[in-house]
Parts: sequence; structure tokens; C-alpha cells
Amino acid sequence: MMRRWGQELAVNALAWGVGLIWIIPFIGILMSALRPQSELIHGWWQFSSFTISLDNFLKAWNHPTAPIGQGIRNSLVVVIPATVLPIFIGAMAAYALLRFPFPLRDPLFLTIVLLMAIPQQMVAVPLFRFLRDLGLINSYLGLILVHTAWALPWVILFLRNYFSTLPPEIEEAASLDGAGRFQIFTRIVLPLSLPGLASAAALQLTWAWNDFFMALILIYDPDMLVATQRIPLLRGQYHIDWGVLTAASILTMSVPILVFALLQRYYIRGLIGWTLK
Amino acid sequence: MSAWRWGKRIGRWGSFLGFTAPALLLILFFIILPALQTIALSFTDREGAFVGLRNFAQVLSDPDTFNLTGFPPGPPPWGSIVHNAVWILLHLPLTVGLGLILAVLLDRARGATFLKSIIFLGMVTPMIVGGVIIRFLFDENAGVVTAILRAVGLTELGRSWTAYPETALPALILGSVWLWVGFSMILYSAGLATIPRDYYEAAAVDGAGPLQQFWYITIPSLRPVTMVIVAMTVLWELKIFDIVYTATLGGPGGATMVLALQMYFYAFRALEFHRAATVATLLTLFTLIVGLWFVRTTRSSE
Repeated sequence: MMRRWGQELAVNALAWGVGLIWIIPFIGILMSALRPQSELIHGWWQFSSFTISLDNFLKAWNHPTAPIGQGIRNSLVVVIPATVLPIFIGAMAAYALLRFPFPLRDPLFLTIVLLMAIPQQMVAVPLFRFLRDLGLINSYLGLILVHTAWALPWVILFLRNYFSTLPPEIEEAASLDGAGRFQIFTRIVLPLSLPGLASAAALQLTWAWNDFFMALILIYDPDMLVATQRIPLLRGQYHIDWGVLTAASILTMSVPILVFALLQRYYIRGLIGWTLK
Repeated sequence: MSAWRWGKRIGRWGSFLGFTAPALLLILFFIILPALQTIALSFTDREGAFVGLRNFAQVLSDPDTFNLTGFPPGPPPWGSIVHNAVWILLHLPLTVGLGLILAVLLDRARGATFLKSIIFLGMVTPMIVGGVIIRFLFDENAGVVTAILRAVGLTELGRSWTAYPETALPALILGSVWLWVGFSMILYSAGLATIPRDYYEAAAVDGAGPLQQFWYITIPSLRPVTMVIVAMTVLWELKIFDIVYTATLGGPGGATMVLALQMYFYAFRALEFHRAATVATLLTLFTLIVGLWFVRTTRSSE
């Protein structure tokens, strides 16, 4: 009995000890953002004087060259359609790739899945030229379409796996009652798949928000930059104002963290469902 | 075949095409066609003339890409391909090993849900912020890592890691393990939950100790999860961009230059599109090898 207690104590001590490696840096960022710079000269871990102020957050939000507030508003304008569109378009394609007969259907599906491996740099130059010719540079529509296209391989893989867990009998019964394929899809398949759609939405929202490269090459009007694009602009070349930079970082990461906190169950299922059937 | 049967078949194909057309068109115009154009750029020169593998020979013999003159013991820069390779060699075993240890450890600790969420925050964080965090941790004045190293007497390592070629790449790699390990931990946790408890009970009855159980039951059962983690992690390491962009911009003196960032500099700073396309094509070649391996192994195990 004593030995089991000892073992349990050791496991817990080890787990929390290792956990500190993740806890301390996040506390450090929070301390650096919340306390005035004068208190931090000898490190944020000195607590001889301790004042909390939101100055750094206000400075980052209204920064003269790269206001994070504006960046967060811009990111939201991009990310919401860039989540809804790929999920609807991808769900339709995933459903057809699972249920409808078509020659070469499975090779087509595998090709789409394989596209997940391609780095964004592979399309950067031609995509830039193509969108410039369409007048879609410095345009959120262009960025949203790019996010949509690049989300599709994963959304299709994930939702096809998800749809394959639905019993086909329900769809067959509806078909006998005279429902068309699109009706069956929107009235039966989608409502039955809400948890799967929530998973896909949680992950896609995070990825679109966290994206930097596509925004970097497609948006360069200073007023239109999304939140992630403004972080490097706040990092001076030689002198770094850690207070403002960490406050801006916290503001930028707050949205994906909020999504994760609210949709944790779906988020993790999405991540696991992508990999295991 | 009668016209009626053909008509029926075309009707069925029609609904397939109707459902998939929006997705296929977007994928075609925003992924496949531009990727093919990039391949075309990598085989041509400014005048559009076909030059065979000349661009590749140039890129691969460029010290930006490949420069082993100073390879260990000398400090970086060793060239972007070598930096990506070193990244994989260090980051992959650390991520897989630490993820497994954390998953097993947190399987039975109190407050595991909280600790897992904190560790997983690194994955949720935008990687552009991840680069800021790395720089912050390894900063001479603000960083807790350098402060601890100074406190234990390692004063040489007490300076800003990202400012010196010897330490910039190690800082980024260690930081990227810190950011990414939540991914392997979460997948291993899910994998552990699928192993039936009876296996362990049966093994215990047969006299197997905890280490033997771990080696003969846990490790083999986690094989499929491990494949997924390895494939996704190598792809992530090859595509690494944002972290380097905020932490060092490839510096100092190219000591942290990686393929994805090199491509960006060639294309959007130097406006050398053919050279940039060649780097991108090389990078894609590496990622496709990983992707094909993954698709093949997961399909053959089904």
C-alpha cells in the first residue's frame, strides 16, 4: 500500500515537474505583457515590486505603425468565410467521393489527399501572378479563395471518413421516398454530421487565423494586413519592446486559444479523426 | 449498350460532377495549376528557354543551399537543405519520444487534463507568435532559459541564443519541439486509450513487469499512431517558415536559413523567380516522398 502511494506521488511530481516547462514560458509572456517595463529589467521572475497594468495591451492595440486591433478585425473578416466556404464545398465533394459512383473516383480521392503534402511555397509565384491578373491582390476575396482551396484536401479527407460512419440505410430510405441527392445531403447527411462539421470548423478556423505565408504574399496594403502579419512588424531589428510585442502576441493568439477552449472536444477529435479511422 | 443505360449512367456521373465541381475547380486553379507552373519555371530561364536541370545544379551548388565546408565542428551556416535535415534529425526523435513519455506519464497523473491543455497550447498558437516566444525564452535579458543557464554557471550560454550562429539553430529547433510536442502527445494519448486493459491484465498474470508490458504491448499497439506522427512531423519540419521568420529571419548570416524561407527571399525580395521555383520544387519533392510513403503504408495496413 505504501509503495503504491509512493509510486503515485512520484508520477504526479514528475508530471507536474515536466508540465512546468510549458507553464513557465506562458506565465513569462503574461508577466511581460501585464507589467511595466521598469519592473522587468532584472527579469519577469523578479517580484520585489508587482504592478499590473494594461498599458502594453493598449499600446499594441493602437500601435502607430501596426495596430493589432485593426489586424484582429481584418483577420476575422477573412477567417469566418474562409471557414464556412471550405467546409460546405468540401462536405459536398467528400459526400460524392464516398457515395456516388464514378470511374477513377478512388484515385481522384487519393490525389486530393496527397496534395496535403505540398508546401505553400510551391504555388507562391504563379498564384501571385494569377490573382494579380484577376485584380485579387490586396483583396480579402482572393485570400479567402486561396484559404478555401488549401483547406479542401484536409476537409475532404476528414469529412469523407466521418460520413463513412453514418448508416447508409437512412439515405436509402429517403431516396425511396423520392428525395433528390442534394436534398438528402442538406436535410439528412449534414444535420447528422454536426459534430464532424464542428471539428472541421474548429481546426480550419485556427489554421486560417494562424496562416502567415499566404497573407504575406497576397496582402500588402498596410491597413489591410491581418493580425499575424503585424507581429513581425512590431519586432524591431535591434531594440525589442518586449512589453508591446508580448501583449500583441497574446492578443493574436487569444482567438485560436478561445476556439480551442470552447470546442476542445471537437478540436481534438478533428485532429485524431484526420489520422485514424 | 442501349441509349437508355448510357443516359442513366451519365445522369449518375452528372451528380458526382455537380457535387465535386466547386472543390475540384478551386483545387485545380489554386493548387495544381500553379504548382505545375512552378515546375515549368524551375526548368526554364528568364527568356523562357528550356534549360534542363541547370537551375537545380545551380541551386544545389550554391552555399545558400548546401555548404558543408564548416559542417561540425564548425558553426552554421551549412545551407538550407542541411539545416532542414538537422532539424528533422533532432526534432523528430525528440518529438516522438517526449510525446510518448508525456502521454504515458499524464495517463495516470492528477490534473492531467489541465497539463495536456497547456502543453497543447503550443500547437494552437500561431507559429508566427511561436517564433516570438522562442526569441523571448532565449533572450539574454528577458529570457528565462538563459537566466537559468547563467544561474547554474553556464555563462557562455547565458547570452541571446538567436543572435549567434552557434546557438540560433539549436534555439529554434528546441523551441519548435516545445511548440509541437503537444501534437504527438495528444495522438499518443488517444492511441493509449484504444489499447484494451485485458492485454495488460493477461500479461501481468503471465508475470510480465511494467517495462515488459510497455515494450511488448504498448509500443506495438501504438505503431499506426507513430506512423501518423512521424509523417505529419516530418512534413511540418520540411515546411518550417513562420517560426524562423519572426525569430531570426534566417540569420545571423544565414545560420538558420531553411528551404521555405530561402524560396520566399529568392522570389519576393530578389525577384529571382526561376531560382525560387527550383527551391520550391526541391522542397515539394521531399514532401511528396513523405506523403507517398504515408499513403502507401496506411493503405497497405488497412
